[in-house]
Amino acid sequence: MSSADDPSPPLDKRRNFHSISRQKFDEEGHPTNSSIEQINVEDSCLRLFEIFEAHNEEIDNLPVLNRHRTVRFLSQGLEHLAGGYDCLDASRPWLVYWILHSLELLGETLTDQQKHDITQFLAKCQNPDGGFGGGPEQISHLAPTYAAVNSLAIIGTQEAYEVVNRKSLVSWMDKLRCPDGSFTMHEGGEIDIRGVYCALSVANMLNIYTSELFHRTDEWLLRCQTYEGGFGGTPGMEAHGGYTFCGFAALMLMGKEKLCDIDGLLSWAANRQMKLEGGFQGRTNKLVDGCYSFWQGGLFPLLAVSLEQDSSYSLPPSDWLFSSQGLQEYLLICCQDVRGGLIDKPGKNRDFYHTCYTLSGLSLCQHYRTRTRDKTECFGDPSNLLVETHPVYNVSIEAANAATKYFNSLPTVKL
Amino acid sequence: MGDEDYRSSSEEPNGEMTDWVFYRDRPEWRDVTPVPQDDGANPVVRIAYSERFTDVYDYFRGVMRTGEKSARVLQLTEDALEQNPANYTVWYYRREVLKALDSDLKKEMKYCRDMIEDHPKNYQVWQHRRALIEWTQDPTAELRFTEMILSGDQKNYHAWQHRQWVLATFNLWDKELAYIDDLIEVDIRNNSAWNQRFFVISHSEGWTPEVVDREVNFALDKIKKVVKNESSWNYLKGVLNACDNEEKKGELKLKIRSWCEEKYSQGEESSYMLSFIIDVLQQDLEGIKSTEEKTKVLDRIESLCVRLATHCDTIRANYWNFIKDSAKLRHGGGG
Repeated sequence: MSSADDPSPPLDKRRNFHSISRQKFDEEGHPTNSSIEQINVEDSCLRLFEIFEAHNEEIDNLPVLNRHRTVRFLSQGLEHLAGGYDCLDASRPWLVYWILHSLELLGETLTDQQKHDITQFLAKCQNPDGGFGGGPEQISHLAPTYAAVNSLAIIGTQEAYEVVNRKSLVSWMDKLRCPDGSFTMHEGGEIDIRGVYCALSVANMLNIYTSELFHRTDEWLLRCQTYEGGFGGTPGMEAHGGYTFCGFAALMLMGKEKLCDIDGLLSWAANRQMKLEGGFQGRTNKLVDGCYSFWQGGLFPLLAVSLEQDSSYSLPPSDWLFSSQGLQEYLLICCQDVRGGLIDKPGKNRDFYHTCYTLSGLSLCQHYRTRTRDKTECFGDPSNLLVETHPVYNVSIEAANAATKYFNSLPTVKL
Repeated sequence: MGDEDYRSSSEEPNGEMTDWVFYRDRPEWRDVTPVPQDDGANPVVRIAYSERFTDVYDYFRGVMRTGEKSARVLQLTEDALEQNPANYTVWYYRREVLKALDSDLKKEMKYCRDMIEDHPKNYQVWQHRRALIEWTQDPTAELRFTEMILSGDQKNYHAWQHRQWVLATFNLWDKELAYIDDLIEVDIRNNSAWNQRFFVISHSEGWTPEVVDREVNFALDKIKKVVKNESSWNYLKGVLNACDNEEKKGELKLKIRSWCEEKYSQGEESSYMLSFIIDVLQQDLEGIKSTEEKTKVLDRIESLCVRLATHCDTIRANYWNFIKDSAKLRHGGGG
């Protein structure tokens, strides 16, 4: 239940500035590019933590998520975008998803007209031979396909569900699968683990999963886990947050997550949280970025579900295995753009991608849920509380459940 | 990302005059019907395209419909990619055109190289390069090229991925370890270089006892230089795990463990070092029979975890408490 009666955690839970500043990176007298950059980022975050602490003594219930301005930023983007966004002209379903998911997390509802208009636009992005492209008359690609399907699930109307041609989607995806179980992103496109996650996510949600469609995919996924414990984009590549989320969520969708080295993955993921900033980095010895709040943070709900079933592990009662407090502080204090919207790190410009994934990470922090336990709690102002996101699909639990329920009532599509 | 107002067809945003002519004004293109973008009746996420962008893409859609694959279309795709190098449909169609024209791939490689240099974090440009190499089967420029890109950004993921593909596909392993040595010299914290090291050895020499011995010593040497560098510790753990010779593994674990214990007694509390000790203790627990001995080891694990959770690695308190509690659950109390 919401903790409206107890708005902010006791002061000893919030990290005070003095203890944060003691977490500075120890260069050990051996400066390199990596350490120099890290220290720069720490300094910019420290300035913000310091300012926050000074204000917090005067005003209760800080920090506050800038809902109103963020909703305005999102709503405007849903309608039109400045010319600088032409670099995302091949990713318009992504723009739709980032904005729709952010709005649903903020508890905003679309009008019936908006739902219809967005649905019709996404329908224009679908191709007759199956799948969705980045815009009308663009060939199909697994990433905008994932984004389009998630967006339609968020919209959740009958009209939206009926847009997807499941039959042609299956035959198109089948063409993208390689003999080793991997997937190209589009015809003649690159192979990497994102493709597998996108394909499995839509297949599960739309009830078109078959073992034939994903023949040997689990084998290929396991090859992507590195000696560090995370997953790379392809076998042999460096463990990376985005790819690790894709890999582990994909394994969970196949029911094969226990085949990987879970202890190694957990250890790697836990070490990705930055001790000073509180947010997550994408790779060892690289910089914090707000978007990893979801890609890395999202691993923990998945790991908890897996570990909970194993009696040789002792999970805490209602906490993920990372510092939810630290992450919330980073997001709310260091990652808000004053005009609304959220960002990568101090000094960066706002965008819809970062707004989506910072809010998704924030939602994870606020809602603890496994098969046996659940708890809701939010740091700062009670109005910071977001809607709960599904850690595998990253749409709201409600949207995920409604969509899977609908599509599970339809006959599955065979190859 | 502001809105720009292009005043005339031949004026660039910065005011420079070029000889750009809209496709719609080119007599030699009159046979092609431009196709406006069809977003539907009530579009969403509408981008404010420039006039030039719209013109180029109207014509691109036009030739996609007719299926024309000619030299002029090759140029058209180049213009379209200048406007948006992430348009994977254009790259796909460009490759179709190159195949149809049986084009000079040397020239194309030069174009691809320029695009990568301008957009080194773009997926499509790297995939294009890979496609070209697959056609030419000529990898001779690849190591030097990726090295050049990496000199500007030592951790560029696409560059490393392309490099790994080249190494594995064409078996070009022999100078790679030397290259990695240099990168680690320059930045001992370059985790991409450490990852590459593991990749290269896995695919070339393999993890023989001699190699494991050499690499453990390499990692230890780097650890002694910078004790709080996670990259070298992760590599060390990885090498030990890759070793399937139990005797060699045991010998090396003992050596590292005694170094760690000495540093610990001198006051070093690098969380990676303590984590390593905990790992070794947990592995030891599996083989211990006597309850008394088990309890001693468990107590040590517990005290290290508590130290980490409360002092040296507080951000990971939940994780360290979980490690402690799980160890106790598995091996402690009740026999």
